[in-house]
Amino acid sequence: MSGPGPFQDKPSLRVESLTLARGERTLLRDFGFAAGPGGFVEIRGGNGAGKTTLLRAIAGFLKPRAGAIAFEGVEEPSLALHYVGHLNGLKGGASVLAHLRYWAGLFGAAPREEEALTRLGLRAQAELPARVLSQGQARRLALARLVAAPRPVWLLDEPAAGLDAQGRGVLSALIEAHRAEGGVVVAAVHEALGPAPSQTLTVGA
Amino acid sequence: MSAFAATFRRDAALMWAGGGALAPVGYFLGATMLVPLAMGPERALLEAAGPPLVWIAAGLAVLATLERVFQADLEDGSLDQMLLSPAPLELLVLAKGLAMWCVVGLPIALAGAPAAIALQAPVSLVPAIVLSLALGMAAFIGVGLAGAAVTAGVKRGGVLIALIVLPFFAPPIIFGSAVAAGDQVAAALSILAGCALGAAALGPIAAAAALRLQAE
Amino acid sequence: MISYLANPQRFMAFSAWAAPICFAAAVITLGLGLPWALALSPADYQQGETVRIMYVHVPAAWWSMGIYAFMGAASFIGLVWRHALADVAARAAAPIGATFAGLCLISGALWGAPTWGTWWEWDGRLTSMLVLFVIYLGYIALWSAIEDEEKAARLAAILCLVGLINLPIIKFSVDWWSTLHQPASIMRSGGSAIHPSMLGPLLTMAAGFLFLFAALTMMNMRAAIFRRRVESARARGGEA
Repeated sequence: MSGPGPFQDKPSLRVESLTLARGERTLLRDFGFAAGPGGFVEIRGGNGAGKTTLLRAIAGFLKPRAGAIAFEGVEEPSLALHYVGHLNGLKGGASVLAHLRYWAGLFGAAPREEEALTRLGLRAQAELPARVLSQGQARRLALARLVAAPRPVWLLDEPAAGLDAQGRGVLSALIEAHRAEGGVVVAAVHEALGPAPSQTLTVGA
Repeated sequence: MSAFAATFRRDAALMWAGGGALAPVGYFLGATMLVPLAMGPERALLEAAGPPLVWIAAGLAVLATLERVFQADLEDGSLDQMLLSPAPLELLVLAKGLAMWCVVGLPIALAGAPAAIALQAPVSLVPAIVLSLALGMAAFIGVGLAGAAVTAGVKRGGVLIALIVLPFFAPPIIFGSAVAAGDQVAAALSILAGCALGAAALGPIAAAAALRLQAE
Repeated sequence: MISYLANPQRFMAFSAWAAPICFAAAVITLGLGLPWALALSPADYQQGETVRIMYVHVPAAWWSMGIYAFMGAASFIGLVWRHALADVAARAAAPIGATFAGLCLISGALWGAPTWGTWWEWDGRLTSMLVLFVIYLGYIALWSAIEDEEKAARLAAILCLVGLINLPIIKFSVDWWSTLHQPASIMRSGGSAIHPSMLGPLLTMAAGFLFLFAALTMMNMRAAIFRRRVESARARGGEA
């Protein structure tokens, strides 16, 4: 990437005294952290500890019982973040390229399918419908959103799930490049992704 | 491309690739075919009572398409991505509804012409019947989206959607059938247009509110 | 009053004595109203003894609509202020509203047989009531189809409000439809001009239905709250 990075405003994410619950069950109590520009926060914890719930709360999908989530250095709050969850968000009938075009439109970004295809290694599959992709290719396509529409904060839930060694290399490179541009990455993981995290948090300990 | 246009294009393309209007139109014509089998083929009887029954067939054909509209988005994670769009969810739902109207609603309205003629509607009335079906489809889809959104998390929710949505089909059925029967056509058409507008405006608002809860 | 009772503990304390009182009031008013309506009040000069069915039919119709409006208000409160008790109230009221609507339809049919010579007449009011009855069924079915109760409450509330907005439109279209299909002459159901001697039993019966609704709804709500307490205690591993 030439010229100034896309995130010159130095984006950061601050989570303060967050309390999250599912029904009667409280998953997180008084949880907080902050991640500055280039930060990479690794979230660890057993199954059902609340990693996904935490990421979904930061994404704004569910309302916390208490606490605050703030994005700073973000021009437009509705363009602040990406969320790559367990579900890839793909439609079997649509081609790889159609997905990238759709996301550019949906996320209000200028089209950059070529770059996304190249960086995710999906160039050969561009015209294929998503239903014929392998598990790893489908995961890479889901991660291609991150490139197709640049946004400062990435929320990744087990991003390496289904990826082979090569795919994990691609993911590491994406994360490193994003941090170099000043972006923030928050990832829930079972095992280390590769890039050294700037901090590691454990939920549900 | 705007988020609205992108959503419309994607949904229309997916619906089209998934068989398009073939199944709903086939369903519509099949249900119409059963009418004379139930009523008997006497022409006088069909002339007197047949044409409004295209509305029953049309309502059922739409119902059958509603179950997966949002359920698929909820199950494959697309709904999460829609929530991250800078465009309001209401607008994206409207785009989906518009796609559905173009791919499913309009073909059913057009298929209403042969169906009405087969049920012995006077040919002079057929253009009005097609227009009324086009408006009625918009009204059906508008309330249908709300019903589909509140049931999106329910496995095999097809019957539940039907139960929830059917009573709200009453107004379009009433005014649409009046058109098909040739009663107060102009008045009924304008009220139908009002139903269509109201449903197109309020349906997405209710559906979007329900979808936000589904994503929690 | 409403915000005071929004606290479940206070509601439980309040309903512990309010529900039995309402139930007693229902027994008394219905105990007075039924013999008054069914035996003591004068027969109608046109309809004869069948007019007595109206003393059940009309209050059932009134309150089935009133209960839907109550559910609409509770749904609104539940959605906007996230009052769990409002959700419980809407859910608890629904089966009673549906029963009243069903009672209205059945009594309408019973009244129609001698009056119209048919068990079912597609009269405007009866048809609107039938639509309302189906809306009730859909609402109850939605509640029971969604496992996550919190989610079910909010989604049912949205459905209830959609219904509330639609009801006047449905009413308008059904009225339009019934004037289109029926010359106005059959529509003399005797509802418009109520003789003063009929007003007493009618209002007594209406009050009885209202007390019955209040008592049953509070009992339903108490049952729902108790069940939730037991479930959450069990989930925490206690024996409750």
